[in-house]
Amino acid sequence: MKQMTFTYQPTLSAESVTMQNEIAMAEEIKDTSIISIKNLNVKTRDGAILKNINLEIPKNKIVVLLGPSGCGKTTLLKSLNRLTDLHKELKVSGQIIIDGQDIMKAGQNLSAMRQRMGLLSQRPFPLPASIYKNVAYGLKLKGIRSKKLIAHSVETNLKRVGLWNEVKDRLKSPATSLSIGQQQRLCLARGLAVKPTIILADEPTSALDPISTKIIENLFKELKQHYTIIMVTHVLRQALRLADHVVFMYYGEIIEQGHPDEILKNPKTTILKKYLIDGN
Amino acid sequence: MNKKRRLTDSLVNIWMRGGLYILLSIPVFIGIGLYWKAAPLLNEHSLTELIFSSKWFPMRGEFGFLPFIFSSVYVTLLAFILSAPLCLFAAIYLTQFGKMRLLNFMLPVIDILAGIPSVVYGVWGILVIVPLVSDKIAPFFGTISSGYSLLAGGIVLAVMCIPYMLNMLIEVFNTIPVGMKEASLSLGATHWEMVKHVIIRKGFPGIISAFGLGIAKAFGETIAVLMVVGNTLNITLSPFKAGYPLPALIANNYGEMMSIPDYDSALMFAALLLFVVILIINLFFRYFIHKTEKI
Ligand SMILES: Nc1ncnc2c1ncn2[C@@H]1O[C@H](COP(=O)(O)OP(=O)(O)OP(=O)(O)O)[C@@H](O)[C@H]1O
Ligand SMILES: [Mg+2]
Repeated sequence: MKQMTFTYQPTLSAESVTMQNEIAMAEEIKDTSIISIKNLNVKTRDGAILKNINLEIPKNKIVVLLGPSGCGKTTLLKSLNRLTDLHKELKVSGQIIIDGQDIMKAGQNLSAMRQRMGLLSQRPFPLPASIYKNVAYGLKLKGIRSKKLIAHSVETNLKRVGLWNEVKDRLKSPATSLSIGQQQRLCLARGLAVKPTIILADEPTSALDPISTKIIENLFKELKQHYTIIMVTHVLRQALRLADHVVFMYYGEIIEQGHPDEILKNPKTTILKKYLIDGN
Repeated sequence: MNKKRRLTDSLVNIWMRGGLYILLSIPVFIGIGLYWKAAPLLNEHSLTELIFSSKWFPMRGEFGFLPFIFSSVYVTLLAFILSAPLCLFAAIYLTQFGKMRLLNFMLPVIDILAGIPSVVYGVWGILVIVPLVSDKIAPFFGTISSGYSLLAGGIVLAVMCIPYMLNMLIEVFNTIPVGMKEASLSLGATHWEMVKHVIIRKGFPGIISAFGLGIAKAFGETIAVLMVVGNTLNITLSPFKAGYPLPALIANNYGEMMSIPDYDSALMFAALLLFVVILIINLFFRYFIHKTEKI
């Protein structure tokens, strides 16, 4: 059986936060957004990928991005992290304000800023190193030297994603020797280890079996108390299960957004209606 | 119908396998041919004597190849030291830091440089590098040199190897998936840390193989080196003295002085030596790549 409890994570024990606290917190942050995107445009020579995106991401919620393939969901996630810098063919303009700081202007502290956002990419890309080193990587970049601390973090985070039992006897083997689903969970563990405040998850469960999917979904629900999660999924039922806020995109534009019950049950636009009908 | 398809299938199979065997047998035949021709020399002298003796007096029947081997290794290493770090950094810069326009501009330039015949590099060496060594570099180090030297050979070889290695390295770095770079950056690496941990790490087998092929090419390069290296028997550590690499020995003397007994075999032995060394370099680097590729 897979590990399903997360009590060994000292900062995250669900029990420590009482129901009342949670409600109080929810009230408090109702209107506070952690990320605000203003007039974001991403262009290539052939045309626009994202067109004038304006979006507020509420703190400590799960925001789900929905939309047909190629509508720009991944590009939006990558802009938040400025990974679009790597693609020299992309021209990014606009404002992305995270915690009051415009990341488009982040110069020196770009890597610190990126560390605050854990990215789980659509396809898992383990680093060319062992399983252990993959999880330890971000910690070492942070300057953590203590072997004990690192070992503890590796174990905890691998347990959180339900991978520990599968890999604990071969932590030294290359991460590429894992299956795709295992790699996907490894990448999540690796991202969590650096303790980001925002998690960008691009179809995090697309290669997982139902049990692992359940583990990740539960983990996300837990993480929501301390993290803001922006997630892409093509599974409408998953969106219903997890989302606090749903954003529907189409050809680089945001067409509709709101509470999942509204968006998914009473769509206003014909485009979304059609998408939902075809999706079910 | 089915029968015909199966027949085609087996015919294609035989055809491809035949081609493969022919291809594989070429180096074997070359090796055997060279050995057969060098055999008279090998019957009269021991292998250690041939390789480790520095007495080269063909008239007296003394064939010590050490000066040639030494020059070859010296020039090759010099060329490697001059070109490898340069290529590595240039390739990293072009693929990871520079503008895309720069890379797009450089790629055809590199291709053109790689396509220039080696004779042209040799002429360029005589016109530019040889005077540079004799008038500038040697005086700077407080010695005199005719310019026709191991250093000139090394520099010309390095320049010839640069486009060759650079091309391979750019190829290697461009095949590293962007997602892996993104992973490293999103975990908080700076751009340079990402290059160190992902590009160099992941590209390591490719870097080694580019270097290995570069060395093998440099070791066997003939004309351009022959034109600037001085072709004088010498075992010296000074880069300002002339040398006489193996390929130059063969190219300069083959077909001449056939009156001297065993001279023919000696040149064949030199060719065999070159052949074996390049084979070993290649095999070694292949093995090395295989070893490091698993991560
Ligand atoms: N580096 C790039 N250069 C050119 N075009 C790009 C680049 N990256 C993405 N695109 C284009 O931008 C559009 C949006 O791509 P993106 O990956 O964001 O889609 P997506 O919504 O994530 O799709 P999917 O659901 O299939 O993952 C696509 O048409 C894609 O071809
Ligand atoms: Mg995508």
